[in-house]
Amino acid sequence: MTDRFEIDRMVDTDRGVISRELFVNRDVFDAELERVFTRAWLLVGHEGLIPDPDDYFVSRMGKDSVILTRNQQNEIMVFLNSCPHRGMKVCRYDQGNEAVFTCPYHGWSFSTNRDRVEVPGQLVGVPHFEAGYSGNLDRVKWGLPRCPNVINYKGSIWASWDPDAPAFEDYLGDMKLYLDTALDHRDGAPGGSELLGGVQKWRIRCNWKTVSENFAGDLYHGISHQSANLAEIGMATGKSRRDALPLRHAIGFEGLGHGGLGFPPSYEERPFIPDQYGDPEIDAYYKQVRTARERRLGDRMRVGLVVGTIFPNMSFHADQPRSLAFAHPISETEVEMWRIYLVDADAPKAVKDMLRHYYMRYSGPGGMTESDDMENWTSVTAASEGAIARRHGFNYQLGMGKEQPVEGLRGAVDSGNYSEGNARIYYRRWAQFMKEMSWDDMAPPQTKSTVEVAHGD
Amino acid sequence: MGIDAQAELQRLLLKEDVGEFLAFEADLLDARRYEDWLALLTDDIRYWMPMARNTASDDTGREFTIEDEDVNWIDEGIETIRQRVAQLATGLHWAEQPPSRTSHMISNLRVLESSDGLDEVKTRCRFLVYRNRLEDEQNIFVGKRNDTLRRVNGSWKIARREIYLDQNVMLSKNLSVFF
Ligand code: FES
Ligand SMILES: [Fe+2]
Repeated sequence: MTDRFEIDRMVDTDRGVISRELFVNRDVFDAELERVFTRAWLLVGHEGLIPDPDDYFVSRMGKDSVILTRNQQNEIMVFLNSCPHRGMKVCRYDQGNEAVFTCPYHGWSFSTNRDRVEVPGQLVGVPHFEAGYSGNLDRVKWGLPRCPNVINYKGSIWASWDPDAPAFEDYLGDMKLYLDTALDHRDGAPGGSELLGGVQKWRIRCNWKTVSENFAGDLYHGISHQSANLAEIGMATGKSRRDALPLRHAIGFEGLGHGGLGFPPSYEERPFIPDQYGDPEIDAYYKQVRTARERRLGDRMRVGLVVGTIFPNMSFHADQPRSLAFAHPISETEVEMWRIYLVDADAPKAVKDMLRHYYMRYSGPGGMTESDDMENWTSVTAASEGAIARRHGFNYQLGMGKEQPVEGLRGAVDSGNYSEGNARIYYRRWAQFMKEMSWDDMAPPQTKSTVEVAHGD
Repeated sequence: MGIDAQAELQRLLLKEDVGEFLAFEADLLDARRYEDWLALLTDDIRYWMPMARNTASDDTGREFTIEDEDVNWIDEGIETIRQRVAQLATGLHWAEQPPSRTSHMISNLRVLESSDGLDEVKTRCRFLVYRNRLEDEQNIFVGKRNDTLRRVNGSWKIARREIYLDQNVMLSKNLSVFF
């Protein structure tokens, strides 16, 4: 098709140059809403937000408000939160419990309960149904639009509007193993994490991709966090901002767009530092989960991660802190960040409390680390809107040519510690979506996994 | 002077005293004298800012996140506040480099309760914290504050501060100012 954008010129990863138009241009932004956000798998929430039947949580997919809910049959569903009649927001509270969603404007009501309706979301109540519509309104067609693909992956809930979207696990590829490092129990058991109450939501005057790209693999910006290191905000007393770690590698998934800063597969645990948190109960817990983890994983393959991004706009921290973030697009120069935080469900209260305090002083608008990131991102945006600035593409050449395949992971490349390899992968994926390629044409060359991976028991 | 008049006078003096203290505190913050401000906090201070949810009017029990249980905007003690001050002092904390201009305004002050010896008082007020930084970035933080002040060696100290910000989505990119 012909297109008003020259995507390949804007995303020139062969030269390692990416146009600033991606971050400040209104037309690009509007096209993204259609071409990226109506197709890709997006994080919409966590099952901890809707534990019981009829619970709901109002989320977003792109600029669309959506309702994440669980029906009486315990199916998790996502609906457009805009009345088919005249567009009113049907749910106006952040979360709650409703057996029937009733639109406040003219009173249409909708049910998800399969005992009441054939199609969840169907209209069950229409004021003046006989008198006004002669009983002839199609209750299914004018029900709440329902998102066709929704999956609960270890408690995290994802959705895609595209009926042709690949299965979520194919969309993730082997990035799944890295996502597991956030969602699994510290002892290596699959899942086993629990959501802390409270969803942090805040606005930043920068493009949404600036956030996603940063978390996809920018070890280079460590200098931004010098002040958090010096203030020693880490969990272990007298340490920088987190426990000491070897240098992370930028590991990206070509053709999928995901990436993170972590460790290539290994067959044993990294060294363990006992008694470093200065509280016997907490130290005992970490020792216990470590022992359980060693027993569970044995000499099987495992990976480790600090931070990563699932294309297009979900980012996560796997351990210190441990949180899932959504970068919701608001405009070409504004993003609404959401953060939710995880702990091991069965950890003692002392451990959960320590983590909760650490998460709040690290992340979110009150976080001593994240606050400095946001200063960078807003300044990047403000300084890129000028006509001359827009002529100068950003440099993404760091680590070019250093990409090496990763033994044990399908389609993964390791481009070293200080590298923009993951950003290049991310924007190549963005370009595919922006060119409206078919899922078949965008499918990555699937190199088969060479090793069987450890999933715990 | 009758008993009632004396009690009334004492109440007014106490309120004046507390108001003067809070204005002094605001001056320290706006002058960026953070070390001096730290000295106004008790070692066992609780400094808490919940997040506000949009809830139905019959479901307001869930309106605010819970102290010591949920994720809040801020929920901490002296150790973390000291870390925040230490971070500001590095000169490398980009969120406040160059430093923001702030004005802390306090109004509607009431002394709700005072202990017998007048060495601990619970107060309530409104705050308006205006922040302006760089060229055109500005934030207006408005809300309610419940403070517990304790007299230590003749001077007021802040033993507890609850900050109810009137925002759901935080409209500021960060909270690198104190409240
Ligand atoms: S807009 Fe919902 S019933 Fe009219
Ligand atoms: Fe950062």
